[in-house]
Amino acid sequence: MKAFVDLFQALDRTTRTNEKIDALCKYLQNASDEDKLWTIALFTDRQPKRAVKSTELRAWAADAASIPLWLLEESWHTVGDLSETIASILPNYISEKEQPLTYWIQYIRNMYGLKEEEKKSQLLQAWKSFSKEERFVFNKLTSGNFRVGVSQKILVKALAKYSDIAENTITHRLMGNWHPDDVSYGELITVGNETDDFSKPYPFYLAYSLEKQLPELGDINEWQAEYKWDGIRCQLIKRNGQLFIWSRGEELITSGFPEFEDLIGKLPDGTVLDGELLACNKGIPMPFQELQKRISRKKVTTKIKEQIPVSIFAYDLLEFDKIDIRANPLRERRFLLEELVRKIDTPLLQLSAKIEVNQWEDLKDIQQAARNKMAEGLMLKQIHSPYLSGRKKGDWWKWKVDPYTVDAVLLYAQSGSGRRANLYTDYTFAVWNDSGQLVPFAKAYSGLTDSEILQIDTWIRKNTIEKFGPVRSVNPTLVFEIGFEGINASPRHKSGIAVRFPRILRWRKDKPASEADHINILKGLM
Amino acid sequence: MALIEFTEKGMYVAQAGVYIDPWRGVDRAIITHGHSDHARSGSEHYLSHVQSLPILRRRIGNQQFQGVVYGESININGVKFSLHPAGHVLGSSQVRVEYKGEIWVASGDYKLENDGVSPAFEPVNCHTFITESTFGLPVFNWQPQHTIMNEINDWWKLNKEKGMCSILLAYSLGKAQRILQHIDPSIGNVYVHGSVASMNEAYEEAGITLNKYQKPTADLPKSAYAGALVIAPSSTENSSWMKRFEPYSTGIASGWMAMRGFRRRMSADRGFVLSDHADWAGLNKAISATGASKILVTHGYTQPFSRWLNEKGLEAHAVQTRFTGESPENKDEPA
Repeated sequence: MKAFVDLFQALDRTTRTNEKIDALCKYLQNASDEDKLWTIALFTDRQPKRAVKSTELRAWAADAASIPLWLLEESWHTVGDLSETIASILPNYISEKEQPLTYWIQYIRNMYGLKEEEKKSQLLQAWKSFSKEERFVFNKLTSGNFRVGVSQKILVKALAKYSDIAENTITHRLMGNWHPDDVSYGELITVGNETDDFSKPYPFYLAYSLEKQLPELGDINEWQAEYKWDGIRCQLIKRNGQLFIWSRGEELITSGFPEFEDLIGKLPDGTVLDGELLACNKGIPMPFQELQKRISRKKVTTKIKEQIPVSIFAYDLLEFDKIDIRANPLRERRFLLEELVRKIDTPLLQLSAKIEVNQWEDLKDIQQAARNKMAEGLMLKQIHSPYLSGRKKGDWWKWKVDPYTVDAVLLYAQSGSGRRANLYTDYTFAVWNDSGQLVPFAKAYSGLTDSEILQIDTWIRKNTIEKFGPVRSVNPTLVFEIGFEGINASPRHKSGIAVRFPRILRWRKDKPASEADHINILKGLM
Repeated sequence: MALIEFTEKGMYVAQAGVYIDPWRGVDRAIITHGHSDHARSGSEHYLSHVQSLPILRRRIGNQQFQGVVYGESININGVKFSLHPAGHVLGSSQVRVEYKGEIWVASGDYKLENDGVSPAFEPVNCHTFITESTFGLPVFNWQPQHTIMNEINDWWKLNKEKGMCSILLAYSLGKAQRILQHIDPSIGNVYVHGSVASMNEAYEEAGITLNKYQKPTADLPKSAYAGALVIAPSSTENSSWMKRFEPYSTGIASGWMAMRGFRRRMSADRGFVLSDHADWAGLNKAISATGASKILVTHGYTQPFSRWLNEKGLEAHAVQTRFTGESPENKDEPA
């Protein structure tokens, strides 16, 4: 465990990519294959599910530290992280027998289903074998909260460097449905089992935001423009007579959308499509909120299937006739895709249409009006481009519509966690209503600079009206410009509306609270 | 009337007309220690421990200062005052105030671990104890000083191997000298920022022999700093003053570095958990050693800490003051 905790700390201490890669390589060189495999699993969102509930952790930790529960909770609100709080209130123990990461993962998994008393005794015993840092990581794993500042890209680079295998190959091998119980490190990374695991998707190709003037892209005839849909980006896979739908977050979402089973008989084996899953009525996309209703349902009823029908808008073909065609130019892939979709002829699978224009200038108006098509903007793709892995610059660009904006008043603040622990960084914003009251309509966390956050934190502490646990209500004084992508009626919210992707665009130091916007402005956008 | 009252100007012993660490100008002030949230200018007469005087002269100018030694009694209008070691920084004192058999102690800032530079904290029996609570939550538990110094030494050595300079950010009064005194001087040269040098000189004037250090001067080549340790206040971070030390790695020595959130928020490469304030166990131990039944909690986590003490059967109250203790965000010492 010590080696893994040292790695965690080394990664936690630096923001430099090369130092992270070096730390990972150093760890990989010394770790057992089992530990390597679990480390990869933990770094790719495959951590064991929570073994102990937060309420149990709190109660048992207070008990172990001989402090009242309220004091533990007060400490937790200050620290901003329960795992760290528990790690800190207990003494620094030196373990008698060092056990590897895999041992502790199994230890945690063995707690599932134990009776409360047994679970507690297992947990207390574990706590007593750790230093503060080890206990912190163990708590993260126990509570299913393990996160580390290592992107997939960094992990892939480190594994590629360590194993001397190409990055693209590693990326592909890490995709899909594997679990450390069913595969060894060698099978996963060195040999590669992508042919055995026929559900495995390809790494998604992701675009950067357009950062040039359109004419700088060159001849418009070399580019393909499409709408950027606002649904679930996914890969539709048909192999060995089975169908799989993977979201971009690498979640298998097939069971949430059983209507696509119809495609099994229609799509040939060895087909992989890239597209957008959308709520869609008679070929017309519906707002994302409709799709959201289906995502949040556990059970897919006939009624909901009728109310919110779905389609996949396909825009690329990655595997055709059991052959990986990602290296072929987009123009060719698109041609094959169009053929395929036309032949199948079902509303479940549609083509994401190409937008035909003759000059860049004409595209601007179409982009501006994208919201009318329920799209977030446009995608621009070079017609000779291969289908790459991950976020790459040059061949594909996303060109999003400017967000909606509104000026709102800061009403509540809550302290953040992680890097923002003990800083008031999570804000609730409000606008005025007809009776001259401020109604909260959005929470936003991001968009301010570190120095603005510090200034606002100090201001919040001095202007608190009331405290409710970690939340403070503040004097309604500060005004911020809030940006968001969409707006819908929502009976669940006090304001009656819900906005999508709210974030802070800037601090309006020039505006008093009285000049913040009225709720009618928001309603007018619906 | 309480023996020590909390007034607009600070802690006030009305019977003697004396303020302790006042935050406005008064006639007579007793100063617990030289940090700027406790030692403010503008008063007529100052009394403090003799070893505080060289510090106070540098920080608040040439006022009328009277120095006393630990345990020495001063009588003012029937009130008996004496100073006792607080172990916080050089000259730091708890102020014992006795009148008609009633004893109060205002502890200023304190820590229990003997840091080997300032005389160690000594508990003083009293009825009412005024305590800080900068780190008054059970998540703050310090490692022994030598453990942290080893961490600093290891970091310094590693940087030296890479040909880098190590810049350690620490309060210029107290922590800087503590670090200078306990790091391994055989690793390399030690440079200090001007504000640290000024406090070093105050320590030397007070009779403390410090390890060897130099001030960076314009005529030194950049290469002189490769592998060296620089002790500087955090206000220098990212300043042009730092440029001469490139390439360098930065560290922060502060009790707040115990919290991952703070550690990650600071742009420094390393955080070392080193404080001149008492940790959770230290606060509790100090309070119980005084035998006091009434506890007044000043700066820090005053609310939860006083609630905790109340639940343990002591009469504890949180008190508003303008003391700030060790501050996690501000750039140098408490203002």
